[in-house]
Amino acid sequence: MFRSLWAYRGFVWSSVLREFNGKYRESLFGAFWSVASPLTMIIVYTVIFSQLMRATLPGQEQVPFAFSIYLCAGIITWGLFAEMLARLNNVFLEHGNLIKKSNFPRICLPAIVTLSALINFGIVFGLYLAFLAIIGHWPGWMVLALIPLLALQLLFTIGLGVFLGTLNVFFRDVGQLTGVVLQFWFWLTPIVYTLPALPEGVRSAMQYNPMQPLMAAYQTIFLVREMPDFTSLAPLAVLTVLFLLLGAHFFLARVGELVDEL
Amino acid sequence: MGTLVVANVGKAYKRYPGKWSRALEWITGKPRHDKTWVLRDISFSVSPGEAVGIIGVNGAGKSTLLKIITGTTQATTGSVSTQGRVAALLELGMGFHPDFTGRQNAFMAGQLLGLRADEIAACMPAIEAFAEIGDYIDQPVRMYSSGMQMRLAFSVATAVRPDILIVDEALSVGDAYFQHKSFSRIRKFREQGTTLLIVSHDRSSIQSLCDRAILLEHGFVIKDGNPEEVMDFYNAIIAERENATVEVKRLEDGRAQTSSGTGEARVESITLLNEDDEAVEFINVGQSVRLKVEIRIHADLPELVFGYMIKDRLGQPVFGTNTHHLGVDMRHLAKGDRLTLLFSFPANIGLGSYSVSTALHIADTHLAANYEWRDLALMFNVVNLNRNQFVGVSWIPPQVEYQK
Repeated sequence: MFRSLWAYRGFVWSSVLREFNGKYRESLFGAFWSVASPLTMIIVYTVIFSQLMRATLPGQEQVPFAFSIYLCAGIITWGLFAEMLARLNNVFLEHGNLIKKSNFPRICLPAIVTLSALINFGIVFGLYLAFLAIIGHWPGWMVLALIPLLALQLLFTIGLGVFLGTLNVFFRDVGQLTGVVLQFWFWLTPIVYTLPALPEGVRSAMQYNPMQPLMAAYQTIFLVREMPDFTSLAPLAVLTVLFLLLGAHFFLARVGELVDEL
Repeated sequence: MGTLVVANVGKAYKRYPGKWSRALEWITGKPRHDKTWVLRDISFSVSPGEAVGIIGVNGAGKSTLLKIITGTTQATTGSVSTQGRVAALLELGMGFHPDFTGRQNAFMAGQLLGLRADEIAACMPAIEAFAEIGDYIDQPVRMYSSGMQMRLAFSVATAVRPDILIVDEALSVGDAYFQHKSFSRIRKFREQGTTLLIVSHDRSSIQSLCDRAILLEHGFVIKDGNPEEVMDFYNAIIAERENATVEVKRLEDGRAQTSSGTGEARVESITLLNEDDEAVEFINVGQSVRLKVEIRIHADLPELVFGYMIKDRLGQPVFGTNTHHLGVDMRHLAKGDRLTLLFSFPANIGLGSYSVSTALHIADTHLAANYEWRDLALMFNVVNLNRNQFVGVSWIPPQVEYQK
């Protein structure tokens, strides 16, 4: 699987570039638009929550834009998770025509989705880092702690996404269900609100949400500028291994049958 | 390089009785589907440099077989093994993006075929030259005519000579000029040792390119052999109707005679006569001859049309017509009637061996009701006894004037 992916790396890379270029190709301002919408998001959250609503975080009152930093740390990384999962879900259906009519390693498709989601994420996240630097809240070397966190998130998303994407070809309900679940999952994770703001009962239930420690870790890095608690990520790591194995096994077992269902 | 072995390949599509059946099957592990077999027990092998045509009516399983050979679909049973690089001209222009230029799309398409970027870059001038789209190569593909897209796609797909080339009926690429060009490229590949696998309904492309043909019917290989023989059998199948029989008789020279039909009318005898009413087998170029056909009616028929086709030794049609087109009205025939038809014509055809195929049917095609279809019903040879020397398939004697 990995060897054929490597052999088709040229195809994967040009597909990623084509997808990126294709989006803005016929527009006058081109790549400006890929920066414009995340920039708007950061500005809107900053203005609305920090300035208009005067939302503050307990214990972080002296940090300017504290709530914006908190909010964006969660929303941007969750955005990567949600975008990848939604697209991986549909990746085989979306390229059904190509799969039916030409023979290439199918694993290229999830790889293309992953890489192009990463590029989009890279742009947004770059802006976020610039924003942090400008307001004087640069996390320093702590930013490196981001790498293992992102790697874990990517692997988890790929495992889960390939599994769901393959399943979605056979049962189209999966795609619909994933959309609904993602909505709930977002609001059940402390991204827009904070964990201490929840009542005690709900807070203990939060330990069953594997994404919560991950989001908390991102928020810790950027807001508190401290090393996140890596041990809290153990459940997510276990799930990641589980879904990677499940996804790989399921994909390899059903990839031949896939084309008959498209 | 270039060997293709198809061993016991079968393909079945799963059919589930209801929406929940698959879920139940996956959960319980108990099969809950029926299998629809579209290919069964297909076995053949193609040696390097051989050109094989695959024919069959729509739904016979040709496309599925090609998809299995190219690896797009997995076989349910059996296996396919290929040696060397396989290129397929199945769907030209797959993966073309309308907003990108021809050059960018050619790159993508090449990568999709498994070529490396540097290989494509090296081929790019040749691709441009072959596609003949000029400056359009740097324009977005949405500005192309469909013919230009096809030409570019064909050029990319055949930029590097494959060891095995698989061609679907996509052969009709662009205008007559480009078709000719693409055919000669395919021919050239063949000369260089590429194994060819062609799916087509077109008799002449199969016969002129292939040295073997395989006939598929209902997912089975029902005939595998000489293209002319297989094409005749295929035509007989097309003409076949209920109760019809297809019969293949091996002639003395090793060729197979195919006859089919429902049998309400039959050709009793067919002979070629010279000016003195003697049956002949050798005739002179341009000689006046008569084709005498005796028909026996085995059931009451409202109308009957008799047609014949003269073919050369490659099976290419030379001349064919029928009584409908000739304005002969054969109506209200009763069982037991005997009819005689005499066709007089000058044999204005080139040297060689010819065969006559006959058909008895209703209306002006043999597809409506086929009473009898017979290939190689009669054979004759044309020799040059007293004409000026010439070459070619027809005798078109010119008058020459010379001025100095």
